[in-house]
Amino acid sequence: MTEARLYALQRLSAVVMAPLVITHLITIMIAVQGGLTAEEILARTQGLSIWAVFYTVFVLAVAVHAPLGLRKILIEWLKFSTRLANGVALILALGVLALGLRAVMAVTGGGA
Amino acid sequence: MTASHPRWSLSYIAFVLHRLSGLALALFLPFHFLVLGLAIEGEAALDAMLIWTESPLVKFAEWGLVVLFGLHLMLGLRVLMLEWAPWSGGLRHGWVFAGVALALLGGFGFLAGVIG
Repeated sequence: MTEARLYALQRLSAVVMAPLVITHLITIMIAVQGGLTAEEILARTQGLSIWAVFYTVFVLAVAVHAPLGLRKILIEWLKFSTRLANGVALILALGVLALGLRAVMAVTGGGA
Repeated sequence: MTASHPRWSLSYIAFVLHRLSGLALALFLPFHFLVLGLAIEGEAALDAMLIWTESPLVKFAEWGLVVLFGLHLMLGLRVLMLEWAPWSGGLRHGWVFAGVALALLGGFGFLAGVIG
């Protein structure tokens, strides 16, 4: 994939995530009141399928965004070759995607 | 960075803060997902981890992550506007300070929730 397309993907994923991050931050501040319990978290996330959609989109976007950001750091600060950085970013993207979707399934009850 | 962005100008500090906050968040992400994934094993498994997160040191780390999350959001929005929106001089300085202030406000909201 060309550098221009990776740049576009990075910005597109950022635009998708901006409202999700704001919602997530507000949710965190509400959720921590009175301490966190599994029952409270799961009651919120399993009750409405909108959360399954919300977190699935969030995971998809962050699986693009975070590895591309790390790729830039590897190339610009750690002097990795573009080829090596691409490989590392791809592995990280797949790892984040797998762990993230597993977490979504765990807290939403299989995305139902 | 080019000559128009001398080291440790406010714009350069914003760039470094944006990058380092993103790095910290990216490193935290797998642990966040692994903890939430414990719910597959049932509420008890997730609760066992959540009890551990009640310690002051972990709460302090979580507060730091919330601040970095807010900071990365605000500095990221600044990048999008600098690149895509009509140029505004205020974005160079005002947005950076506003971003730091809002991130700290978010951190305060988190602390208020934890303590309150």
